[in-house]
Amino acid sequence: MSAETTLWLALALPFAGALLIGLAGRWPNLREAITLATAAGLFVLVVSLLPTVRAGARPAVTLLEVLPGLRLGLAAEPLGTVFALVASFLWIMTSLYSIGYMRANAEHHQTRFYACFAVSLGAAMGVALAADLLTLFVFYEILTISTYPLVVHAGTAEARAAGRTYLGYLLGTSITLLLVAIGWTWTLAGRLDFVPGGLLAGAPFPDGLLVLYVLGVGKAAIMPLHRWLPAAMVAPAPVSALLHAVAVVKAGVFTILKVAVHVFGLDLLPALETGEALAWLAAATMLIAGGVALTQDDLKRRLAYSTVSQLSYIVMAALVATPASVLGGGLHIAAHAFGKITLFFCAGSIYTVARRARVSEMDGIGRRMPITMAAFLLASLGIIGLPPLAGMWSKWFLAQGLVQAGSYGLLAVLLGGSLLSAGYLLPVAARAFRKPRDEGGASGVSEAPALCLAATIVAAAGGIVLFLFPDPLIGLLRQLVAHP
Amino acid sequence: MISEHLPALVVVLPLLGAPLCLVLRRGAPAWGLTLAVSWLCCAGAIALLDGVLSEGVVSYALGGWTPPWGIEYRIDPLNALLLVIVSATTAVIAPYARRSVASEVPAERRHLFYAAMLLSLAGLLGIAATGDAFNAFVFLEISSLSSYILISLGPSPRALTAAFRYLVLGTIGATFILIGVGLLYMVTGTLNIVDLGARLAPLGTNRTVSVGLAFISVGIALKVALFPLHAWLPNAYAYAPSVVSAFLAANATKVALYLLFRFYFGVFGAAYGLEALPLETILLPLGLIAAFVASVVALFQIDLKRLLAYSSVAQVGYVVLGVGLANQAGLTGAIVHLFNHAITKGALFLAVGCLAYRGGRMTVAGLAGLGRRMPLTMAAFVVGALSLIGIPATAGFISKWYLVIGAIEAGLWPVAIAIVASSLLAVAYVWRVLEAAYLRPAPEPNAPRNETPASLLVPTWLLAGACIYFGIDGSRTVGAASEAAAFLMNLAR
Repeated sequence: MSAETTLWLALALPFAGALLIGLAGRWPNLREAITLATAAGLFVLVVSLLPTVRAGARPAVTLLEVLPGLRLGLAAEPLGTVFALVASFLWIMTSLYSIGYMRANAEHHQTRFYACFAVSLGAAMGVALAADLLTLFVFYEILTISTYPLVVHAGTAEARAAGRTYLGYLLGTSITLLLVAIGWTWTLAGRLDFVPGGLLAGAPFPDGLLVLYVLGVGKAAIMPLHRWLPAAMVAPAPVSALLHAVAVVKAGVFTILKVAVHVFGLDLLPALETGEALAWLAAATMLIAGGVALTQDDLKRRLAYSTVSQLSYIVMAALVATPASVLGGGLHIAAHAFGKITLFFCAGSIYTVARRARVSEMDGIGRRMPITMAAFLLASLGIIGLPPLAGMWSKWFLAQGLVQAGSYGLLAVLLGGSLLSAGYLLPVAARAFRKPRDEGGASGVSEAPALCLAATIVAAAGGIVLFLFPDPLIGLLRQLVAHP
Repeated sequence: MISEHLPALVVVLPLLGAPLCLVLRRGAPAWGLTLAVSWLCCAGAIALLDGVLSEGVVSYALGGWTPPWGIEYRIDPLNALLLVIVSATTAVIAPYARRSVASEVPAERRHLFYAAMLLSLAGLLGIAATGDAFNAFVFLEISSLSSYILISLGPSPRALTAAFRYLVLGTIGATFILIGVGLLYMVTGTLNIVDLGARLAPLGTNRTVSVGLAFISVGIALKVALFPLHAWLPNAYAYAPSVVSAFLAANATKVALYLLFRFYFGVFGAAYGLEALPLETILLPLGLIAAFVASVVALFQIDLKRLLAYSSVAQVGYVVLGVGLANQAGLTGAIVHLFNHAITKGALFLAVGCLAYRGGRMTVAGLAGLGRRMPLTMAAFVVGALSLIGIPATAGFISKWYLVIGAIEAGLWPVAIAIVASSLLAVAYVWRVLEAAYLRPAPEPNAPRNETPASLLVPTWLLAGACIYFGIDGSRTVGAASEAAAFLMNLAR
């Protein structure tokens, strides 16, 4: 099978899967089997792209021509392949987890849930493999809309209000700012393709354009455009785990990295005055969101603010725009994904088993659910950026990039952000293991459903594997910045 | 032989069909005739568009009297596209009409309904086809008078007051246009539109011409329901029979907008250049205000059809705004939006008609639970709604894209931001509807599925599908629209 065929199959498979899931709604076991098969098939497809991309080839297909010069097309390049790889692998884990979670909690509308999930993943593939800004924008919007039913899954007034916030921020920023930014790019360059080295390289300096892009990608959750992410926490745990720690938010920061590298280019970007200002906005987000996370008692909300803070690392990496920082940003997409999905899996398991959602209720939970909480502790270390987890590498390269650029102020913020993350994550694990078990909890060990537990362990282990063997990933991402 | 007379045939066919409906005296055969005529017109219009795009402007002298003395039917890229819009949407709506009309209009009036619909179609196609200013006025009156009848046949008694209001305001509009045309005739002695442009140029501007321009502008603004002259539209759409709402929303304002293009670019622009026209000073601000104010008003509507009607007022704003940008991209956006909005609003009104057919309450709150009871109908509504917002991969996106590009090329940044910001308002009013349909608990939770019959569902989905198709393959519509825009810009140079 040629790489081109693989590309469009990788896009089509999740959508086809969604259709089949919808048709198989009456037979839950068949439906879940389809979900798992689609996820596994997608992962295989993306993996099979890997050798081609590593060898330096850039397979591309044009799906159709919307207007003269405006195409919908796919292309595989290192950054997108990494994103697609992470998202498709974690989809398998999340699917396993979802089956345990949704059944244990006897959730309603499960067919809609799994179908929308598959569509969201298809949209994420479209974002990852987009060959140009228009394709990226199309799938970016499909991702917003297909995740909306998942956010409002509970159907309560609270969920509906959260859904409105979610759509308002994401559609609001993308339609008013991102679309205008893309239109502006079109008038400047006459095309929208992603070009190694930058589409706008050599163009007159479009200072304001960068602002439109960075603020227009609401999914990157730069303050003050972050509120949709905590709001989205009303969704069931698997949704928060895969979509609001991996697919949706990473689609945001991926877009910013991609625009930085392939639209502005690493030569043009550091020369923009707005770049530095925006990097400081990211820095402020990093600290403020970290500070807010410290005060959150609801575990999922605390994790959400942690995500807001961590996403800013990647945005900062893109804006500093040195080869090392971009490498660090790309690595952080993978590292943070594995860490944060584990944390959300744990939060969901705790809720399923013990019906606890607040940090203040976590006393002694580590004795009841030792494996889950061990995974939580490991993943926390990854988010903070400590060995033996992959988070260390991404922060290492990012720090290196900041030194190269001579931005010591931002470096200080980066370290401060990491300290904050220790401050909001470690107390959770500490309470769980060190505090005595509170009254009312059942005695003995009662772990999460087996499927949930397995998914959690694999995701946590993923962070360690990436720490031990980062070379394939680093080698791939180096291609991104080492263009001729 | 036939193809030579096509420009006249597309108008004459429905014009002859109307009295035939009266002779038939029964609803069913009249419907069959309407269906046949609309399909023939559609085929003819498509053939005309193909011919014009490949071979250039077609001029047809009615009755063999050579222009500018006789009436000339002049088909260029712009009105060929318009003929296709009007006849194609009618051709899709016509099969839908049988069941929907049968449920809303009393049996003894059905053949009258179809007669009025054919007359209205003849009027709309006539306005588009003719190259004569006075003839255009006559067809405008034909289409307006018949649409008053169509609206007044609505099921609620309030349809009568709505129709009367439309009658008064529509007549004022048409009269203003007539006065304007009369003033131009005074100065030039001709009524042929091309001839008008040519004869005005050497005369220079004088007060009579300026007053003529003012009368024509206000008259057209009334007919297109440009804010603040839109007062007739919401009730007319809301209380008309479902089929008529879709028919008028898809076509009536589009044809009036076409007149705006024709007079502005073909007559005044051709004579004095675009600089002499109040594009950036009047049209642009009015268009923006319309897009904003009408969207905000739509947010607070309880009645579903009124909500869609206010949204139409807002969409008219976009088209006028595109004209106001006065460049190729903006004009392309305006023209392609005529088409895209016709299919979008057509799909939405047909979907609402399906709900009405199943006896649903036509309020936003009354939609509760319908996402489960009528999944296919509501899915079509969702597609139309997304296109209305301008989500990429729908037809609405294509128009917005060109409008935004046009604003950027004109260097009007605030306008570009305002265009996209106003589509956020569309998100808000559309989402109220979708939330009600999908998330509010149904009044009777265990009510069985109650899908619309296929004869209503298929036309609805044809238009909804077109919203997606022309969103991902816009080359044909944009090709025709940019050809038309280039033609207009050329005229005015």
